[in-house]
Amino acid sequence: MKDFIEGSEAVARAVCLCKPGVISAYPITPQTHIVEGLAQMVADGRLKSQFVNVESEHSAASVVLGAVAAGERVFTASSSQGLILMSEVIFNIAGMRMPVVLACVNRSLSAPINIWNDLQDSITLRDSGWVQLYAENNQEATDLIFQAYRLAEDSRALIPVMVCLDGYVLSHGFEVVDIPEEDKVAQFLPPFNPAEKLDTAHPKSFGLLAGPDYYLEIRHDLHQAVKGALTLIPEITADFKRIFGRDSGGLVESYRLEDAEMAIVSAGSVCGTIKDTVDALRAEGKKVGLLRIITYRPFPEEAILQALAKVPMVAILDKAVSLGATGPIYADLKAAFQGKPAKKISGYIAGLGGRDITPGTIREIFKQLAGPEVSNQFVGLKSSF
Amino acid sequence: MPEHFLSPGHTACAGCGQSLAARLVIDAAGPNTIIVNNTGCLEVFSTAYPDTAWEVPFIHSLFENSAAVASGVEAALRQNGKLSEVRVITQAGDGGTADIGLQALSGMWERGHDILSICYDNEAYMNTGIQRSGLTPTYTSTTTSPSSKTSTGNPRPKKNVVEIAVAHGIPYVATASAGFPLDLQKKVKKALAIRGPKFLHVHVPCPLGWRHEPEQTYQIARLAVETGLFPLIEFENGKLSGRYLIAKPKPVEEYLKPQGRFRHIFKPGAEAALKEIQAIANRNIERYGLVKTAV
Amino acid sequence: MRIKITAEPGSARNNKTGSWRVERRPKFLQKNCIACRLCVLVCPEGIVSGKEKNDFKTDYLYCKGCGLCAAVCPKKDIEMVPEEMERKK
Repeated sequence: MKDFIEGSEAVARAVCLCKPGVISAYPITPQTHIVEGLAQMVADGRLKSQFVNVESEHSAASVVLGAVAAGERVFTASSSQGLILMSEVIFNIAGMRMPVVLACVNRSLSAPINIWNDLQDSITLRDSGWVQLYAENNQEATDLIFQAYRLAEDSRALIPVMVCLDGYVLSHGFEVVDIPEEDKVAQFLPPFNPAEKLDTAHPKSFGLLAGPDYYLEIRHDLHQAVKGALTLIPEITADFKRIFGRDSGGLVESYRLEDAEMAIVSAGSVCGTIKDTVDALRAEGKKVGLLRIITYRPFPEEAILQALAKVPMVAILDKAVSLGATGPIYADLKAAFQGKPAKKISGYIAGLGGRDITPGTIREIFKQLAGPEVSNQFVGLKSSF
Repeated sequence: MPEHFLSPGHTACAGCGQSLAARLVIDAAGPNTIIVNNTGCLEVFSTAYPDTAWEVPFIHSLFENSAAVASGVEAALRQNGKLSEVRVITQAGDGGTADIGLQALSGMWERGHDILSICYDNEAYMNTGIQRSGLTPTYTSTTTSPSSKTSTGNPRPKKNVVEIAVAHGIPYVATASAGFPLDLQKKVKKALAIRGPKFLHVHVPCPLGWRHEPEQTYQIARLAVETGLFPLIEFENGKLSGRYLIAKPKPVEEYLKPQGRFRHIFKPGAEAALKEIQAIANRNIERYGLVKTAV
Repeated sequence: MRIKITAEPGSARNNKTGSWRVERRPKFLQKNCIACRLCVLVCPEGIVSGKEKNDFKTDYLYCKGCGLCAAVCPKKDIEMVPEEMERKK
């Protein structure tokens, strides 16, 4: 059913349809509307769930870890400082192979304190063993929630999944979103039934101490499981299309790349702006395109290499920076192209702390891409305040 | 059904007070228990991959979050209707209770979860090598508050985490000791029969960290109580409802002398320290009414 | 391949901590025992067992030789004896 709603409300409704048994979160702007929406649904009786109001994000992540280990589907959400505060638990959840789903409403990191959007928070946790999915718009943010549970809980996976949506741009933006019917969701997402859980009938121990003789293999197993999502995600999106009738999610999206001479690679809502600019430039006769990364972890190397194989000039637009080095997506992409036929790959950093990325910014990047190859060029710096 | 719910084969030090107390606790709690454990000696020596000494469901996550993880387990049990049969117990050492773990514990108490939290207090961060904690008593020598020519060890008093628990308004708070095994088990059973948050603060000697012989663990635990330094008390709904009455309080020297961590107090020039420790014991006796007064 | 990262209950029994004992072991004299069960209560490994008087013993496969059972026995019916002596016997 279509409704004109805020992104946060759409995500909350999607979570509600997945019927998690335990929800726990700590408020942080701009994630608050998601958890407030869910609290209202629980209070109204629309969602039968335990809503645990914790005293910090570290505890929010710990509560969902305990609850999913005890056999209940769970949900949490955070942003920025909250996500980084819970980062210890984030790594722990992945290492313990717990299928937690978390919505990250992307916001910059302190200091300076800034509540506006960039991708630094979730991207900083790219090593953690979580699958990371980046939504372009509110419809996709909604759809990725269903796909996240389906992926996380698959017995071939059992890995946590982070659905990322841009703070304010998506979370507080109103769009027309199609919220699926309950019966269709039930067709797509089976009930949560873990093979192992905290159960007095089958008493097992979780969270053991693994020494040098065992740790390497256990982490390798996790690494393989995260990479395994590269096979599972296309399966899931195909099934999603079959049941809900639309393309949503996936590894990457190629936009007008077939004969492109220049392409920008990016993730998140900025890709909407890039698509608009690509269309305008195409109308002016320029052969440009976009490669949108939807699944950032696991890193869809094959899909990216294939999509960009014939594009001679590639610009990566990172809304984050590994300080002292380059943008994170740039680093991953550049490494992927090592040893492949030479092309120009330039890295640009823009939009930090909610600095607006306009069609003008995108045009500027295409213009700079024609020039010398760069690796960590900030775009849009003001000469004075 | 196994005879004990913490099996042998764990790698606790010989004579470890915490392993003794932990076994007494889970034996009293029984098989319908889920244990949530913070990082520390207990989980390290009982769950070394690929084995576990636990005969009940057990989960270890991180150092400071057992109260939060347990809140999640309890919420899940509440959701699937099993909370009426299954009990949730968190276990932590000094750090996991009174320092790094205090936030999660406070939040759990405030929210009123049906969970028994147990602190195994060996008065230092033993697992990482005997460093000072918020529960290290005054004048104790630890590796981060070592005694020296100019220092008599830890200068700060022991944090009163029992009264912090009482201040949260939870239904049952009690102390117990490895030297009073039946009392400990009785308190575990009593606590588990109460709904809501419960806190049990158990004093457990550590032969390695306290520097005494392994076979002295039981006796030293008893001496802590008999001197008044570790009161055995119970609070129900905020009121002091029970205490172990000391017939004739022993002088603190008897308790301190066998322990290497207090050796510096018996050197010439440290007499003031000994007096102050006796004063702490006397204050406890008065505050909690630990000695029978003539009627 | 999925590596199991949980452990089965009581599997620690695979680890025979009796090998830790190098100095001494408890000898249950079984002469003056009053079956107070204090030795059963205080053993950190939980391996002292018994029901009737003079019937109590430990499990030397796991006993670490800490001496707590001997220290608490009110009848001094448990003695710590040198480990070697027992093996020689």
